[in-house]
Amino acid sequence: MNYDSEYMCSGHVGCPGCGAAIAMRFVLKALGDKTMMVIPACCWSIIAGPYPQSTLKIPVLHTAFETGGAAASGVRAAQDIKGDTETTVVTWAGDGGTFDIGFQALSGAVERNENFIYFCYDNEAYMNTGVQRSSSTPYGARTSTTPGQHWKRLRKKNIVEALGAHRIPYAATASIAFPEDLMGKVEKAKSMTGSRFIHIFSSCPTGWGMPSEMSIKIARMAVQTNIFPLYELEDGIRYTINYTPKGYLVNEYFRLQGRFKHLTEKDLAHIQEMVDEDWNLLRRKAGSQNDMS
Amino acid sequence: MRQVIEGSHAVSEAVRLARVQVISAYPITPQTHIVERLSEYCANGTMNARFLRVESEHSAMAALIGAATNGVRTFTASSSQGLALMHELLHWASGARLPIVMAEVNRAMAPGWNIWTEQTDSLAQRDTGWVQLYCEHGQEVLDTTIQAFRLAEWLNLPVMVILDAFFLSHTYEPVDVPDQDSVDRFLPPYQPRFQLDLENPCAFNQLAPPNVYMEMRHNIQMAMDTALGFFEQMEEEFENIFGRRHGALEAIQCQDAEVIMITTGTVTSTSRQVLTELRQKGEKVGLLKIKLFRPFPANMIRELTASAAKIAVIDRNFSFGASGIFAQEIKAALCNLETRPLVYGYVAGLGGRDITPEVIEDIYWRTKNSTAPKGDSLWVGLHEVSHEL
Repeated sequence: MNYDSEYMCSGHVGCPGCGAAIAMRFVLKALGDKTMMVIPACCWSIIAGPYPQSTLKIPVLHTAFETGGAAASGVRAAQDIKGDTETTVVTWAGDGGTFDIGFQALSGAVERNENFIYFCYDNEAYMNTGVQRSSSTPYGARTSTTPGQHWKRLRKKNIVEALGAHRIPYAATASIAFPEDLMGKVEKAKSMTGSRFIHIFSSCPTGWGMPSEMSIKIARMAVQTNIFPLYELEDGIRYTINYTPKGYLVNEYFRLQGRFKHLTEKDLAHIQEMVDEDWNLLRRKAGSQNDMS
Repeated sequence: MRQVIEGSHAVSEAVRLARVQVISAYPITPQTHIVERLSEYCANGTMNARFLRVESEHSAMAALIGAATNGVRTFTASSSQGLALMHELLHWASGARLPIVMAEVNRAMAPGWNIWTEQTDSLAQRDTGWVQLYCEHGQEVLDTTIQAFRLAEWLNLPVMVILDAFFLSHTYEPVDVPDQDSVDRFLPPYQPRFQLDLENPCAFNQLAPPNVYMEMRHNIQMAMDTALGFFEQMEEEFENIFGRRHGALEAIQCQDAEVIMITTGTVTSTSRQVLTELRQKGEKVGLLKIKLFRPFPANMIRELTASAAKIAVIDRNFSFGASGIFAQEIKAALCNLETRPLVYGYVAGLGGRDITPEVIEDIYWRTKNSTAPKGDSLWVGLHEVSHEL
């Protein structure tokens, strides 16, 4: 498949360097124009543009924050009853709408194995409302609701594992820094039926305290450090790791972002241990031979 | 064909006859009989519809918002806590101009847990932009549910068909269930004015800044303003096909009445009997049943109560810190008239307590024998309580 077609116009109102805008552009290239999209409240509620403009060349239903799974179920049901099983119905939600307030509706939709693809573009906090912590915010981050010495000392929720526990046909992670991997996964998901989930790491220069030109570099480093591994999980049991990095240490990734600048060497060492633990756990699940622990 | 069915199944039969395409619902007593019957119809092929068994009422409404935006006829049913959980999306459905129809079985809000009838659940949704129709008996429930789709699709606004818990939802009555051809003549397939469309891709419900938002809201009110006129025209068409109509309001012996009792829902049926007995005793009493609550038919109420000296409103609902909700609305409708009846508000039957003929008669005599209302509401049928507040 060639990816020459554009389904996202210039003139969107995302911040400079917005990872979520990059993610949308890549994903639509792979989805094509036979796509209907549900967008619950998230940065993209704004990025898509105010009435009467829209930056997307596909039909879009903007809906309430916690309804991504349910509203898409309804769009799909209507499409099915009209006899059209060809159109792809997708939800495009942020981490707050996926990990937190929309989790119930998402769990309900995938338990019913609704025939749709749910995309979560993850910028690791409530960015649209001014960088408040979500359950996707990583250990160590300062946000506007975890300020000063109250920086987040809790792990990021593992959303792919939670979706895998529903035994859905396909769940995967992807990154804006690995567009071919991302678009390949979108095409693969599109070729399947039932509930499919793609979790896209989407840098946020505004919320993470870094220059806008760092978006792709930081997203790449998240994969290279095993902070955000690229993998697929089919039927909740079959793991495939798509990229095995050389084992970069997490320090550099953390030093480049304002949200982590308060962390001490000791904190970073603890974070390195957690990252190693998660990576080894993933490798064991994927049946890898070289357990690095 | 005349059948003996319960109020809940009057809704189910109407939804089947309306050829609804997507149903989404979550269980809550006393609404469940409605959707159980519909899920049977979807399972056995009686209906060609998708039934979404969602994980909450909030998702039930969200799914219908998705389906209705995609251009199909939609239905759900709920009650009490479930309706309250939907609240955010009730605003969404009307703001998005979606013709979703819901059957709402009036049930008291917890705590304490109470599954019996009271109207506070639906009246708390007064300002969400839904048309609200309160029904009295099984036939009216069936007819109103069919009509609700016509009304909703013409207005591009959602419609709530409301029935009392148990007194109506679980009571068996003879109901004429019309044939499919007649209903098809009255209610043709849904022709959406807008929908998700691959050929003409649009964005719906997006960011609406101050320069456009207010006009969007004004458009909803302009649609509401046409609802009563359309309702009457629609009922005329309905009567031509089915030989009956129920009216947005029904005035019974109001022309010469000195005291008019105003009721909604099943209390009206009991009041009809009380009215007959009082009239036999020579009392100049009338009864006004309000079916359409939103939009509020203020003009009709002003006209129909013009000759009365006193109005007694029976509210099976309450707004804490104020009064019964119908009484509030009726006072507001009358306040600018030069001469107007005194309005007596009575609160009765909360949480499913019986409103017996004796209670209604007591309300009548209290009203007749009083020179002026003593407060905004009088609670009737209260037990003596020994504890302090």
